[in-house]
Amino acid sequence: MTEFLVRFVVGGVVVSIFAILGDVLKPKSFAGLLGAAPSVALATIPLTIARNGRAFAETEVRSMLFGAIAFFCYACIVSYFLWRKNQPALLVTSASLLLWLAVSLGLFALFG
Amino acid sequence: MKIKLETNAVKRSKWYEFVIRFVFGGLVAATAGIVAKQFGPAIGGLFLAFPAIFPATATLIESHEKRKKREAGLDGTRRGREVAGIDAAGAAIGAIGLLGFAAVLWLSLAITPTWLSLCLATVTWAVLSFAGWNLWRGKYLKTLVLKMKQRTHTLFPSP
Repeated sequence: MTEFLVRFVVGGVVVSIFAILGDVLKPKSFAGLLGAAPSVALATIPLTIARNGRAFAETEVRSMLFGAIAFFCYACIVSYFLWRKNQPALLVTSASLLLWLAVSLGLFALFG
Repeated sequence: MKIKLETNAVKRSKWYEFVIRFVFGGLVAATAGIVAKQFGPAIGGLFLAFPAIFPATATLIESHEKRKKREAGLDGTRRGREVAGIDAAGAAIGAIGLLGFAAVLWLSLAITPTWLSLCLATVTWAVLSFAGWNLWRGKYLKTLVLKMKQRTHTLFPSP
């Protein structure tokens, strides 16, 4: 329980730092880079290594490759529907999370 | 277009907007750990690249832009969504950097100390993202200039 609480706090802090940086940077296309910052990985990898060892973390990071490709597909679709099709942000970004899940699990099933 | 720091953006934000992003970020970090424990590190690792706060950020950008335009007496719905879309285009480029981060971390973790692996991977993310953004911006500006030239030519055709 303590482990997950520590993960929650550290993850929340690191993600918030990147989010605030994204808020203050201009132009928005540049600030958007921080939307794909490795904040969760930076917060959790040292904790994972300390608790479960390097081999465990290496396996996690290998899978992160699939997650990152899925993130790219997710961001492209979200950008298209917001910028070109002018759809509501909350609807597009939330519904597209299913695409992230499908692509990442699909890649994992094929190459994992 | 120059890269600028606009600290007023933080002042415009409401306290609960920071709380939302802290909670989302914390939940994703904790969930990645829980999934890794339940289903193994291979599945849990996918969540290290989960778009953690993306829905919250895009919605906040949309509402901030709307608010700004409304203060100027305009609707702002269209502009809000466009700006959120531009932010997402930036995130797509950042995702290429994220792929570089994961690749460098995966390759270096076994042979270097953790702190060095994380530093190398973060530098890779930053360099790839910045280079990708510069390339995209160059191409985007060229297309924009070309479109403007075509429009000018249609409006004022040369004799």
